[in-house]
Amino acid sequence: MPEPLSPPPMPALAIRAFTATTALGRGNAAQAAALRERRGGLRRNDFGPTPLPTWIGRVEGVEDAPLPSALSRWECRNNRLAWLALQQNGVLAALETLVAKHGADRIALVVGTSTSSIGASEEGYARAETDADGVHRFPDDLARPIVHTPHSLGDFLQHATGLRGPCITVATACSSSAKVFAQAARMIEAGLVDAALVGGVDTLCGSVLFGFNALGLVSSERCRPFDATRDGLSLGEAGGFAVLERASEGDSGLQLRGYGESSDAHHMSAPHPEGLGATLAMRGALDRAGIDAAEVGYLNLHGTSTPANDSVEARAVDALFPATLHAGSTKGWTGHTLGAAGIVESVFALLALETGLLPGILDSTVRDPACGPQIRFDNAEADIRFAMNNSFGFGGNNCSLVFGKVAA
Amino acid sequence: MSAPNPLSATIAGIGFWTDGLPDWDAARAFALDGTRPESAPARPSPQLLAPNERRRAPGSVAVALEVAMVACRDAGIAPETLPSVFASTHGDLGITDYMCDTLATDPTAISPTKFHNSVHNAAAGYWTIGAGCTEATTALSAYDATFAQGLLEALMQLATGSPAVLLVAYDTASAGLLGTVTRSKGLLGAALVLVRDGDGPRLHATLRDGAELDPPGPLATHAQRNAMAQMLPLFDALATGGSRAMLRAGPHRALSLEIAHAAPAQATHAQAEQAHG
Repeated sequence: MPEPLSPPPMPALAIRAFTATTALGRGNAAQAAALRERRGGLRRNDFGPTPLPTWIGRVEGVEDAPLPSALSRWECRNNRLAWLALQQNGVLAALETLVAKHGADRIALVVGTSTSSIGASEEGYARAETDADGVHRFPDDLARPIVHTPHSLGDFLQHATGLRGPCITVATACSSSAKVFAQAARMIEAGLVDAALVGGVDTLCGSVLFGFNALGLVSSERCRPFDATRDGLSLGEAGGFAVLERASEGDSGLQLRGYGESSDAHHMSAPHPEGLGATLAMRGALDRAGIDAAEVGYLNLHGTSTPANDSVEARAVDALFPATLHAGSTKGWTGHTLGAAGIVESVFALLALETGLLPGILDSTVRDPACGPQIRFDNAEADIRFAMNNSFGFGGNNCSLVFGKVAA
Repeated sequence: MSAPNPLSATIAGIGFWTDGLPDWDAARAFALDGTRPESAPARPSPQLLAPNERRRAPGSVAVALEVAMVACRDAGIAPETLPSVFASTHGDLGITDYMCDTLATDPTAISPTKFHNSVHNAAAGYWTIGAGCTEATTALSAYDATFAQGLLEALMQLATGSPAVLLVAYDTASAGLLGTVTRSKGLLGAALVLVRDGDGPRLHATLRDGAELDPPGPLATHAQRNAMAQMLPLFDALATGGSRAMLRAGPHRALSLEIAHAAPAQATHAQAEQAHG
């Protein structure tokens, strides 16, 4: 069955609110200030009883922010971070307006995560009890099935927001919360819903710290994306959201303009050596936006700081974009926030459109020879019309997004 | 209250595997008259993987790749041309148990392979790698509405430009300590190749309020303890020539499916029609 060579342009979606909470702080002002001042959020790993020697992007104060008692069924670190992030930057007010306008059934909830609340499952094993009959079991406070399944995040947010449209947790590793924009865009384009709350949350846990360490992908220093001497990533945690609505005639402001999704068809944990999937995703997003690569002013790269990812991504970007593009990785500020990277770095792209701040790369000094002129270590300022975000995940799962700005 | 959203697709191919019923013919025969195959393999053996990988593959990957390949063959569509949606309530519960147990005892002993197989999109990854498919793939969960939401996403892809899409749904058996809170037994998987137009049963879906489900049919009863039994109302209807099926689509929502069976051009469909009277 032949596919069209390139997808047709998609109808633009208005972004009514957006927010991120990371190791840089809660909400967009904290993100923008740290990006502008080149103040990173990484600290020496102090997570868990036996911390590996690495650096992490940990969100302050999650331990001291229990969920409201009405939502205690979903209590866990990941849903706490979801709740903290949800309170910022007028997301709830924007949802309230959309519910009044369209009805709660006409608003989808599509959120991404890599490990959801597996931290609660890990804790259940660590604190396992043996009852009078010698049966091993979870402690009572963790014997809640909903926090031991990937949809913990989506189910929590559905109850926390009262939205009644389709509710889905997307879990495609590190592309998860970029792909939520694509899935929501399809639902709005097809007329299934009129608006959507999208986003993603991932929190630090043993699985990812020890898992990435087992793969030899964790640096013992702060990560250095696109540096010739980089030796691995720094892990982080984050949450973020965007409120999308079908754009109306004459709408101004920020918009989702395109998405591209692809598979590498190559390897479970290593990128395609020629960046095939990355290129297909970026081209797809540009085609759906109906713009040329030269019109993009800022690209937030996946840029994990693993030896394999960055050189492949740099070459793919160099092949597709002119030298005028400003491309950078913000992983040095936040760490790699995995399933939340898609939303966090989409927020950074939206902030670039809104404020003109184009972040460079933190802590990197020696350019990898694969870097084309697009890869910028220093911050810059420019008024741009289009910004992109790349998010690539295990399994060779790729997603690129194009955001735009319409002047009032 | 908003108007219902009609959504349609044709089922061009079906794949199915569960304990005791290792393919769609066996499942259909069982649903129609209770016949069970004389012997059934203990686990699927997906031909897409090399023999050594086939033995090592987690149950979730083995069942997903088996039903996906069979559905593509049934549809006569090359797997590498299809975007895909992988729907699983819990992912691979055996691997989750391994990760949590190892972290509690000896965290630096985590196997790197088990770690990258622990991602929810592991089956989707192995599928695209094995099939040489660079099309988009996704992996999602919506708890007891996982299959309905996966089907909706597949229908959305058809509605917004894809001529065909592969939907794969599966769940595994829970294991270890996790099994005391997360209940799922056995291995169950099914796949549909859905096309915008073509020959085959025609699905027409409506999202509505309420969550009242029908009493379980033969397949839903056979595999009732697997978390993906939530998809079986559709497969019971497909097997027996039923004209409707109701799926849970969320805490307050249901996906109502009407099924128009194709004219009996194929013997299998004719049999199903007859059996249904």
